[in-house]
Amino acid sequence: MAKTIEDKRTSQRVSERLSGVGESIQGSQAWNSIFRPGSIFRKGYTDSPRNRSYVIMNSVLYHLHPVKVKRHAVKVSYTLCLGGLSFFLFILLTVTGIFLMFFYRPTAAQAWDDIYTLQTSVTFGLLVRNIHRWGAHLMVLTVFLHMARVFYHGAYKPPREFNWVIGVILLTLTLLLSFTGYLLPWDQLALWAVTVGTNMMGYMPVFGDQVRFVLLGGSEIGADTLLRWYVLHVLFFPFIIVIFMAIHFWRVRKDGGISGPL
Amino acid sequence: MTEVPEHLRKRAEEAREKAAAKKAEDGGGAGESGNGGGEAAGKIPAHLLERSRAAKAARESGASEEGGATPATTGGAVATAVRPPAAAGPGGHTQRLLTVVKSGSIQDVKAKPVDKVHTWPHLLVIEFVAALAMTAFTLIFSIFVNAPLLEMANFNQTPNPSKAPWYFLGLQELLTMFHPMVAGVTIPGIGIFALILAPYIDKNPSTRPEDRKFAISLMTLHLMFWAVLVMIGSFFRGPGFNFILPWIDGLFFEL
Repeated sequence: MAKTIEDKRTSQRVSERLSGVGESIQGSQAWNSIFRPGSIFRKGYTDSPRNRSYVIMNSVLYHLHPVKVKRHAVKVSYTLCLGGLSFFLFILLTVTGIFLMFFYRPTAAQAWDDIYTLQTSVTFGLLVRNIHRWGAHLMVLTVFLHMARVFYHGAYKPPREFNWVIGVILLTLTLLLSFTGYLLPWDQLALWAVTVGTNMMGYMPVFGDQVRFVLLGGSEIGADTLLRWYVLHVLFFPFIIVIFMAIHFWRVRKDGGISGPL
Repeated sequence: MTEVPEHLRKRAEEAREKAAAKKAEDGGGAGESGNGGGEAAGKIPAHLLERSRAAKAARESGASEEGGATPATTGGAVATAVRPPAAAGPGGHTQRLLTVVKSGSIQDVKAKPVDKVHTWPHLLVIEFVAALAMTAFTLIFSIFVNAPLLEMANFNQTPNPSKAPWYFLGLQELLTMFHPMVAGVTIPGIGIFALILAPYIDKNPSTRPEDRKFAISLMTLHLMFWAVLVMIGSFFRGPGFNFILPWIDGLFFEL
């Protein structure tokens, strides 16, 4: 009996001390300099209109969202979140892609072995590769559906015409990102799918053969192609698409905010 | 587009309705009294009216004395009295009244009220849940379905059939029907350019579906065109890219 009381007292003391630690961290200058006034992580956050505004205004989110949006704009049934999900999948693909880069060498002799080793010997290797692959297919799908949604709502009409053009460019870039990644596992599926795909490029008028030569690093797919497509996939196209995404998101706000007729 | 809080907007609307109802009630009485002058007289304080009348009388008498030598001073109500007014205001104040502005004439704001909500939490919570759901979906799908990894690339062994990634299978399907130049360049080129130019071709300002029957039909046709081609290429093409039925000959499709 005495022991249980003693135990209870100890646990009480521990929990008191723990909550004290939590409070002193949340009240510290370091914490408060990171989480600005209004932050939901800051000590003493109260749910007031002022603090709701500060959550956006005093954080990096202000680059993406205004403090307030139209009530109509947050209706999920209108946008189906497709644009946001495309962006989120891009982030997911970047994160998983960086993980994959640690285990992959873009040479004809090692690429396939690296993927195989990744799947069999690396912790979560297979899972991360799966996420990257299915995420890529999903992103093509969500970008496409986003475009269809925007069209059917007539959301490409003035003043959003130019953002629609940027959007079509983003769709093309998404396809190119997916296609360049397709070759990298260097298996039979990759090699011959890309062969079929690049054969079509040769038929482009005037520059067809030249473009194909530059992209393949030769007249046929080979080891040089792998290196080129690797660089295109992990650096060049992500770089380009991020620039276009920045313009796309910026224009969404300039043209009247997310979703809804003007 | 100004933003007006919901409760203020409602309050203003109620007040406006009440005012309109009152006006409608007073409508009969106003009609009897007739001209707008009577209405104005009701709103302008009596002592001001009195002063203005006195000033006018003084000006007119002055003008008749000088015989039209200074016509500028008779330039209507806008000109202030040159001489000190005959009557000062109550308490001996001598400010001049330049103009009487009726209420409502300058507060006619063009902006329409917009109903807005805070991004936090209304929008951010939705985005967060959507991202979470998407992560969960890809994660669970990835646990159960593995990405394909066939044998190592071999230039001497062409698989049959050789298929492009699924989003290019529509193009590959077109290749079986047209000259490569048409199938691989002209048709997809026209498709992309038509998409890019859509907002510049479609001059119809309406966004309501019933006003956009042509645009919607055209886009649906366009999307269906590619969707059907991709599906044929994915599921109905077997060895030698010959036509097959997937439920009889099996699936020749890798993602």
